[in-house]
Amino acid sequence: MSDILQSLIEILGERGVSNSPEELWFYARDPGVLEAHLPDYVVLPKTTEQVQKVVQLANREKIPVVPMGNGMALTGLVIPLKGGIVMDMKRMNKILEVNEKARYAVVEGGTSQGMLKAYLQDNYPHLRHSLPHAPPTTTIAANVALHGQGQLTQQYGFNSDMVTGLEVVLPTGDICKIGSPCLGPYWFSKGPTLPDLSGLFLGWLGTTGIFTKVGLKLYPNKKIRDVEIFVTDRIELISEIIYKLTHLEMLEDITAWFQPMPLIFKDNYHVTIYFTGDTEEEIEFKRKMVWDALQEYIDTKDGGFMGMQFMKEMLLEMPQRSIAAFADVPKGGGFEYSGPITLIEHFPQYATKVVELAAKYDVIYASAARVISGGHSMMFSISFAFNRADPAMMDRVKRALDEATGFALEMGGIPWKPNFMEQKMTMKKMDPNTLKLLQMVKKNLDPQGIMNPGNWEVN
Amino acid sequence: MYALKFDENVCTTCPSADCVLKCQYMEFEKDEAHEEMMKVVKGEDSRVLHECVTCYACEEYCKRGNHPFYLIGERREEKGIYTAPRPITNQWINMTQMQGKQMVGAVKDRALSSCLLPQLGEMGSGEIFKDVASAIAFGAEFMCPAVHTHFAKMSVIKERLPIVIDNFNKLGVKEVICLHDECYGTYTSIASAYGMEVPFKPIYYMDFLLDRLKELKDKIKPLNIKVVYQRPCSNRLIPDKHHLVKDILDFIGVELPDREYQDENCLCCAEILRSISGYRLANEIQQRNIDDMLETGAEYCVFNCPACQSTLSEKVAKNGLKPIHIIDLCKMAIGEKEREV
Amino acid sequence: MGYARSIDHAEIVHRCFRCGYCKFPGDYVDFNCPSYKAYGWDTYSPGGRMWLIRAWLNDEIETGPRFAEILYSCVACDNCKDQCVYPRFKDFLPDIFQETKAELVNEGKIPPEVRDYFKAINVNGNPYKLPQEERGKWAEGTGVEEFSDQEYLFYVGCVGSYDEVGQKMARNVGSLLSNVGVSVGILGSEEACDGNEVKIMGETGLFTKLAEDNIIKFKIKGVKKIITLDPHALNVFKKDYPRLGGKFEVFHFTEILAGIIRDKKMALSEYKAKVTYHDPCYLGRHNMIYDPPREILKSIPGLELVEMRRNSVSAFCCGGGGGNFFTDIIGTGEDSPGRVRIREALDTGAEIVAVACPQCAKMLMDAIKTEELEDRLEVVDVAEIVSGARSK
Repeated sequence: MSDILQSLIEILGERGVSNSPEELWFYARDPGVLEAHLPDYVVLPKTTEQVQKVVQLANREKIPVVPMGNGMALTGLVIPLKGGIVMDMKRMNKILEVNEKARYAVVEGGTSQGMLKAYLQDNYPHLRHSLPHAPPTTTIAANVALHGQGQLTQQYGFNSDMVTGLEVVLPTGDICKIGSPCLGPYWFSKGPTLPDLSGLFLGWLGTTGIFTKVGLKLYPNKKIRDVEIFVTDRIELISEIIYKLTHLEMLEDITAWFQPMPLIFKDNYHVTIYFTGDTEEEIEFKRKMVWDALQEYIDTKDGGFMGMQFMKEMLLEMPQRSIAAFADVPKGGGFEYSGPITLIEHFPQYATKVVELAAKYDVIYASAARVISGGHSMMFSISFAFNRADPAMMDRVKRALDEATGFALEMGGIPWKPNFMEQKMTMKKMDPNTLKLLQMVKKNLDPQGIMNPGNWEVN
Repeated sequence: MYALKFDENVCTTCPSADCVLKCQYMEFEKDEAHEEMMKVVKGEDSRVLHECVTCYACEEYCKRGNHPFYLIGERREEKGIYTAPRPITNQWINMTQMQGKQMVGAVKDRALSSCLLPQLGEMGSGEIFKDVASAIAFGAEFMCPAVHTHFAKMSVIKERLPIVIDNFNKLGVKEVICLHDECYGTYTSIASAYGMEVPFKPIYYMDFLLDRLKELKDKIKPLNIKVVYQRPCSNRLIPDKHHLVKDILDFIGVELPDREYQDENCLCCAEILRSISGYRLANEIQQRNIDDMLETGAEYCVFNCPACQSTLSEKVAKNGLKPIHIIDLCKMAIGEKEREV
Repeated sequence: MGYARSIDHAEIVHRCFRCGYCKFPGDYVDFNCPSYKAYGWDTYSPGGRMWLIRAWLNDEIETGPRFAEILYSCVACDNCKDQCVYPRFKDFLPDIFQETKAELVNEGKIPPEVRDYFKAINVNGNPYKLPQEERGKWAEGTGVEEFSDQEYLFYVGCVGSYDEVGQKMARNVGSLLSNVGVSVGILGSEEACDGNEVKIMGETGLFTKLAEDNIIKFKIKGVKKIITLDPHALNVFKKDYPRLGGKFEVFHFTEILAGIIRDKKMALSEYKAKVTYHDPCYLGRHNMIYDPPREILKSIPGLELVEMRRNSVSAFCCGGGGGNFFTDIIGTGEDSPGRVRIREALDTGAEIVAVACPQCAKMLMDAIKTEELEDRLEVVDVAEIVSGARSK
C-alpha cells in the first residue's frame, strides 16, 4: 500500500478512503460534456479536522485536492484535471445552528439544499432560504462558491451575497474564519464592516480553499406563494416588462424563458412572476399590482397573462423537479448550460443567439433568464440537451456552449461557473491589471498550486 | 370554402336588437342598440367590435337564429381586431394544433369524445359510461375548435372543423357522445351556421346521462343537497338543452334554488375575460357570481365545463362551496363516488 | 472478455442524470437510500449504480468485488423508483439492478455470502441449512392446522419457519388468525421458499424453479387464497407468480386482521402504550399497503400511535431487503439502516416499534441491541399487540 493511501486511511478510516476503480471512474467525471480525468483517491471527510489533515498531506506530497458537492454545476469543476484527491463533502451535512431572530443558519461544507429546506419547514416554518432549482442533493457550500442563484435572487442578489460567514480550510491547511465568526460566536456578516475577505473565496470555484462551514441568510417564509405568467411575442418588450415589474419592489422570483416545444409555448416569450403573502388580501393586492403594471401591453394587445392552472403545481414546486427532466428530452440523460450574467436589455441578442446556436449545431435548446437584484442584471441560461450515448451530439453541445460563452464575453457579460476553457477565455479578455490581481491572490493563497488545479489557472 | 350563413335582412327587420340590448357587458339605449348592430352587419367599425367580451350570450338572446356572435367574430377578423392579446391568441392556436398524437379506443358505431381535455375522458367512466367508455376519441384531431371564437379566429374554425368532422367520419361512427357543451354546440350550432355537413349524430352528454340515470333508477339514493350551478358560455349555443340540468338534478334529489345570475342572466366563469380585458373586470364578475351563489346557502357548486371548473374551483372552495362536475354528482347519486365530508 | 455483457434494459442506463433525487424521500429530510446512507460514496446510491452499470456494459470497468458489493448492498426498497424525476424510465431502476446482478451470477462473480445463500436454498431449501422436516416446527402447540381445503393458505416463509424471531411472529400471527376464526391451514414441512430474494439477487433460474414448483404444489392442493406472514412473500406471489401461471388472491395478515376489526368481529380492550409503526418496504412502498396496520393499531383503546418522521411512502428501510438480511453486506456500523431507523423511532417518544414483517422485526431488534436501547424501545409485531389487547 502506498504511503499516501496509508496516511489517508489514518486520517479518515478505511471506509473514508477509496482508490477502487469504481469510485475512481465515477468521481472522474460529472454529468456535463467535459472529458473525464481519473483521480488517484476519493475521500469522504466527516469533520473539519479531517479536511485539514488531508489538505496538509496534499501540501506535503504536492498532490491536488478537488472539493466536491454533488457535481451538478455541470461545467466540470469537480473533475480532477490533474488527478489527485477528490474530496466528496456530502458526509459533512449537519445543520449546526439557526439563529431565528437574526435570521441566519450555519451549515457544514456538504449540507444539501434539500435537507436545509426540510429542516426549516419542520422547525422554523416562517423562515426559508434561497433555494435553487437544482436537484436538492446539491450543496449550499458549492452553490455559494460559484455564485449560484435561487428563488430569492431577484429580491436579494446572488446566493453568495447571502453568505453571513465562512469557515475555510486554506490551501496551506490553516483553518480560517471569515466575517463576524472571526471575532465571536455570531454569524451575521461575511465581511462588513471589516475588509471583506469572503471575496477571496466566493466565486473561486474551490481553488482558494475548502468551505467547511457556511453561514447563510434566511428570509421570511410567507404562507402563500402564487404565480402568474405574462406572454408576449415581441422580444424587444421583455426588458421593459421586467423593468416595470421590478419597479413594484414586491415580487419574488422573475424569470423570462422561451422554448419551441411543447406547441403551447411556440413563438412566444414568457415571464414567470412569483409573489408571496401571508394573507389572501396580500396576495390579491400583489396580483392586482402585477396586472396593473402590465395593463398597457394588454391594451395594445402585445402581451397578456396566460391561463396556467394546469402548470401551477409544477411551477410552485420547490425545487422544480421538471427542470431536471429536460435532460431526458433527447432520451439521453444529459444537459448542460451556459448561464452568463448580463444586462437585461441584452435579452433579445442572447435569445437570438440561442436559437442560432441550436440550429448551427443541431441541438435541442431551452432558455430561461433569471432576474438578479431587482433588475441590475440577469442570468441568461443557454441550455442544450444531449444523449449521453451519442458522443457526437455531446461534442456539438460542447462547441455550442463554448461559442455561447464567447458571445457573452463579446457582449460584455460575465460567464457564470465557467469550465476551465471558458475561464481561460475570460482571463484573456480581462483587464490586465485585474488579471494580475486575480493571479496574485491565487498564488499567495495556494503557493503549491494544489487546490483544484487547472481552474483559474495562473501560468 | 365555408362562409357564415347570415341573412342581413333578418337583422335589419329585427324589432328588438336583443342581441346587444341584453348584453351584460355593454350598455345601450334601445335605438342605439339596433344602430350599432347594423354597423356590424354592414361591415363598419362599431364599439361592439371592441367591447364584446365573447361571453356567447347573444347567440341565445337572438331568437331569430341569425348568429350575432359568430358575425362579430367574422367582422373582427376581417378588420384585424384582436380580442385577447395577440400572443395569447396564437398560443391557443398553437396548442390546439393537430400533431398526430390522438388516442382512439375501441370505436365502432359510437364514439365518446374527450376532445382535447383528458379530464373529460376520465369522467366518462364507471357504471354510467360502462358501455361507451372504451370507445374514447381524444386528441387535437377530435377537438371541436369552438374555443377560437373567443379569439375572433373564425378562419381557424373554418379550416379545422371540416377536418375534425372528417376524422370522426373516418372512424365510421354513427353517433358521437359529446362530453362538453362546446363540442355539441360545434357540431350543431357552429356547423350549421357555416353550412357544414355533419354525417354523424351528435349526442349531448346530459341527454345520455339522464337516460342512463333512468336505467339505473334502482341504484339512485337521493342526495338531498342544495347546489348552485355554473352555466358555461357554451351552453348558450345550445339553450334548448339547458333544461336538462334541472331534469337531472331533480332526478337525483338535488335542490337548485333560484338565484339572480341564472338561466339567461347567468355569469360566465370569466377566465377568457381575464385574458381579454384584464384582472379587474374578471374579478368583479367572479365576485358577483360567487356572492350570488353564497346567498342560496348551497353546499356544492355544480360545474358543466372543465374549464369553468379549473377557473373557479379554488375560489368557490375558499368560499365554502364544494366544487363538483355534474357527472361526478351523478356518480355520487348511484353510490359510485363518495360524498365529500 | 469472451462475450459482450448485456441486460434487458441496457438502452435506458445512459439516461440517468445522476441528479440524486433518488437519494432522498419526497421532502428531502434526510438520505433515504439505505446503502448511500451507510457507505457515503455516490457509487452506492442508485445514480451511482446506474453510471457504473453503464461503464461496466461499455467495458470501462471490470466486474470487481467492489462492483459486486455496490450491487448487492442495494436493499431493494424501491425508494429510488418512487423519487426519480424521469417518468419515462424511473420504473425500471430496480429491474436494471436485478438484471445486472443476474449477469454477475452468470459470470460467477458474486460475493461469497450471496453464493452461500443460493447454495443453501438450492441444497437445503432454506438459507439456514436446517432440515426441511423441521420447517413446520414453529407451529407446535399453536393449534394451527395443516392445510386441506381451508379458505386460506397461511404461508409463513423461511424466516418465519426457522429464525427464532420469525418463528415467534409466525406463532403470534398463526394462532391469532386461528383463534378469531379465520379458516387457515399451513403447509408445514411441505412449505418451500417463495423465492423473492433469490429473484432480486439475480438467480433467475433458481427462482423460476422455486416458483413453478410452488405453483404446482398450491394448485394440486387447491389453494386459492393466501395469507402471508412476510411481505416479501406477498410481493413475489402478487407480482411475479401470475406470469408463471400462479394466480392466487394474496393478502397480508394485517389486511385480514384489519377487516376483522372493521367488521367488529373482535373485542378489544385497553393496551396502554405509545407505539410507532414501521412500514415494511414490501408491504408499503412496493405494494402500497399503508392503512390496514394503522387501522388495527388505531382501533386499540389506550394505544397512542405516533408516526416516525419518514413514514408510509417515505419510510426508511430497516436494511433487510435485497438479501441483506441474510448476507449482511451493509454491516452494522453507526449509519447502517437498522440503527438509523431505530434512532428515528426513538425520536418519536414511542416505547414500542410495531412491525408487520419478520425480517424488519429481527433487523430492528438487533439494531436496538447495538444501539444499547433495550430499556427504552421494544419491537413488537402487530399480531402480538392485537393478542395483547383482546378482551378476555
